[in-house]
Amino acid sequence: MEEMKDVVLQYVIDEYLEDPDEEITYNTPLISGGIVDSFSMVSLKRFLENKYKISIPDDKATPEAFDSVNKIVSLLNEFLK
Amino acid sequence: MTNIRSYEERVKNFSWKISEDELDYKPGNIINIGWYCSDRICNMGKADKMALLWENAMGVEKKYTYNDVRLASNTIGQFLRSLGIDAGERVCIFLDRIPELYLGFLGILKIGAIAQPLFSAFGEESLFVRLNNAETKAIITQRKHVGKVRKLIDRMPYLKHIIIVDHDGKKALQEREVVFSLEEAAPVEHFEIYPSTAETPSVLHYTSGTTGQPKGVKHVHYSLISQYLTSKWVLDLQEDDIYWCTADPGWVTGTSYGIIGPFSNGVTQCVLEAGFSAEAWYNFIEKYRITMWYSAPTAIRSLMKAGDELIKKFDLSCLRYLASVGEPLNAEAVIWSERVFGKPFYDTFWQTETGSMMICNYPGMKLKPGSMGKPFPGITAAIVNSKTYEPITEPGIIGLIAFVPDWPALMRTYWKNEETFKNKFKNGWYLAGDRAKLDSEGYFWFVGRDDDVINTGGHLVSPFEVESALLEHEAVAESAVVSKPDEINMEVVKAFVTLKTGFEANSDTELQIMNFIRKKLSPLAMPQEIEFIDKLPKTRSGKIMRRILHAKEWGQEIGDTSTLEDD
Repeated sequence: MEEMKDVVLQYVIDEYLEDPDEEITYNTPLISGGIVDSFSMVSLKRFLENKYKISIPDDKATPEAFDSVNKIVSLLNEFLK
Repeated sequence: MTNIRSYEERVKNFSWKISEDELDYKPGNIINIGWYCSDRICNMGKADKMALLWENAMGVEKKYTYNDVRLASNTIGQFLRSLGIDAGERVCIFLDRIPELYLGFLGILKIGAIAQPLFSAFGEESLFVRLNNAETKAIITQRKHVGKVRKLIDRMPYLKHIIIVDHDGKKALQEREVVFSLEEAAPVEHFEIYPSTAETPSVLHYTSGTTGQPKGVKHVHYSLISQYLTSKWVLDLQEDDIYWCTADPGWVTGTSYGIIGPFSNGVTQCVLEAGFSAEAWYNFIEKYRITMWYSAPTAIRSLMKAGDELIKKFDLSCLRYLASVGEPLNAEAVIWSERVFGKPFYDTFWQTETGSMMICNYPGMKLKPGSMGKPFPGITAAIVNSKTYEPITEPGIIGLIAFVPDWPALMRTYWKNEETFKNKFKNGWYLAGDRAKLDSEGYFWFVGRDDDVINTGGHLVSPFEVESALLEHEAVAESAVVSKPDEINMEVVKAFVTLKTGFEANSDTELQIMNFIRKKLSPLAMPQEIEFIDKLPKTRSGKIMRRILHAKEWGQEIGDTSTLEDD
């Protein structure tokens, strides 16, 4: 679980965080906080699907479900069970 | 009582002089939008009235009275002048929706410079082509975005100043960088505002076309005459309103109706600097008791998707009037808002080039859900034949939306692109580039774009720009970019790509290409889907037939394929 959180967190930092000095945690709001916008969410979803060999239905890939690393990991666990 | 009172009466008795008189403007006088949006309101006895209520995603709040806005815009103006920035020079605002964006915009106008707002999510290439075209002298930005500017600096010798508004001193400044802190700067009480006149350039907004690079749409200070009155009559802004325009000032709605309209009317407006979340938006409306809400179909459809139950958790009874812009508002969204908020969203149609609202639904006028409405008083609009440019008066016949080019906020040119500008005018009409039809009661009904430009979430994306950027990716041999239908954004970008030898068509390659475009251009331009194909449909002369791919995505007839190679 911790490893998955770190993988997702690191991906968000590498791909979406513009300010290299900004610190984010597992609970930092990603969508409502403006770090990942709704258009970019598609690329984040694609990353998760590729990385964990799953398919996330569009109705599950909501801004709320993607709003923090913790929420994303909870969503992933639904499909990895 | 609504401001417009009777639409029909206003149409009969209209003159732009109504707006000029209300603003105490006489032809030939000085007209400076920066002054009208701050000093004038203070002079009217409203210096202590709240002008801007700002909050960010972390819950930090800032409040500015009209006197604060006056002082802050003076202070920023003086700072820019101290750097040697003169009237007519371009100053880019590359900021998130922080207060410095709104206040800086007015400060730039107060010194007679041209404000060039750019969406802060733009990637390096999108930023470069726009700064390069405008030969921008200074850019106002913040720490998190300065990295993108630094990567371009060697290619931009004309860019003399990079102004960072939130420098924390932890890292050394680099070449051409200066710090400006609004909170630490001494407020400037007395400031000599540039004596701009009607045709003095004010704002340069960039918009995408089918071919070529983005076009810089030049507006002038006289645009205020349209923006003031349309805000008053269409948005029905009234003295006690608390107004929220959800648009980012990187786009024209965010400046015409997110800065100029409300401030010139002396209204209190709110800004939420955060990403989209239905809960956060409802909470914001409830907390600030927002009465007038101007938003976009994409946001409205996202709220619909979030469900009705969420709405019941909030007291949204403060909402008095709702309006929408950016793309056609579907009838379902109008009906939904009437059901859940007790008020419909009134659709408005206009463009970067028109500078102000053109065809709208008005308070008090019969609303036909899904319709664009009727022309603003003083605007002569028509549906014209796409070949003869003669007006079509018969209801139900599709043609091009056209306007007699005589309203104050019409663009004055495309920056360094006079030829394209001239091509927008045919047979005495300004052509909007959109198709529509009229009904028997004179209401306009939107049909679609008249070109290949993609309107995604209310923002225009050029397929040419995306295709050009795709070719710079190491795996891409050829590409064709079209729109595909989308439930929330109306349409999104889709790319058809052929790969170079040695690259595999798989989801990892797709992701790499998506991220490449997102960073190079913007998240809006990032293809939401990439389809790898062996060969693109082309004419025998080698031109890619984008039309065929578009038709396939939209389930339309493919049409004539006689020129298709291999046929």
